[in-house]
Amino acid sequence: MNMERSPGESPEEWLLDEPTVRPYVMTRGRTDARGKFDLVTIAVAIRSTTGAEVGLDPEHLTIARLCRRPLSVAEIAAHMDLPAGTVRVLLGDLLEKGFVAVQQPQPEMDVLDERTYRAVLDGLRAL
Amino acid sequence: MASGHSDPPKLPKAIKLLIAGGFGVGKTTMVGAVSEIRPLRTEETLTDRSVGVDDLSGVEAKSTTTVAMDFGRITIGDEFMLYLFGTPGQERFWFVWDELARGALGAVVLADTRRLADCFPSVDYFERRGTPFVVAVNCFDGSPQYDLDEVKLALNLGPEVPVLLCDARRRESGKEVLIALIEHAYSRRPAAAQEASVR
Repeated sequence: MNMERSPGESPEEWLLDEPTVRPYVMTRGRTDARGKFDLVTIAVAIRSTTGAEVGLDPEHLTIARLCRRPLSVAEIAAHMDLPAGTVRVLLGDLLEKGFVAVQQPQPEMDVLDERTYRAVLDGLRAL
Repeated sequence: MASGHSDPPKLPKAIKLLIAGGFGVGKTTMVGAVSEIRPLRTEETLTDRSVGVDDLSGVEAKSTTTVAMDFGRITIGDEFMLYLFGTPGQERFWFVWDELARGALGAVVLADTRRLADCFPSVDYFERRGTPFVVAVNCFDGSPQYDLDEVKLALNLGPEVPVLLCDARRRESGKEVLIALIEHAYSRRPAAAQEASVR
């Protein structure tokens, strides 16, 4: 039966590794979610978790809970007191499993059309 | 309502702004003054592009550093979230990390007239990178009172760069700085020239 284990993810492998700092244990040594999520990528939970899901660690569940309201990667990291890199990896798992939806930030110098600027200016003035 | 999860929710889009300037100039103060949440701190691992190192050896082409950044948020309706990141103040060379500036709509360079030179690196960086920025002179008690034109001259700024006075502790003042920044970024966006000629 295919357990969908890629070489880097085998539990035996990471358990035999040198002791690692805890954030990287949470991600099983993975640090490769960079590029997929900006610090200000917004995530929101689109499926509720029961806590009994296979393959979700407590940290995944915490993120899913925090994301009941839209939150940025930076905020999730700050609330959980984890490095942003760790949150990226965990968020990647949740995205892959369909628990969260994400919204990438506005690309620089790109589709920032007049309407966006107007909306932001009006919003700031109204604060 | 009953659309299940095939229908992705409409999420707000994030817009990133940077608050830069020398150590102790009031970056975190300004973030805190305008943010709707208590400023948060996040740690980010950044890749050093080894500026100033002529790296012919190829041995240590890149290194990574962990920096802590304070940030705040302003929600604009249900469509946008403005995130304000204070650049790491304890790191003199924060600007070697392009990752911080990537995707930023613009930047506020906070200046203290007692130590005006502290903001040179930030000004240079945003000029070179083409990131729209404004210079906000934080009015500390007892700081020399300069004319804004003098500051502009001292910083060798282009005529188009807005320079304004602010009090980083005050929300209203921070708001004005941000509005000036967004207006400036708007006037500088690539599409602005095109649209002007169409009209």
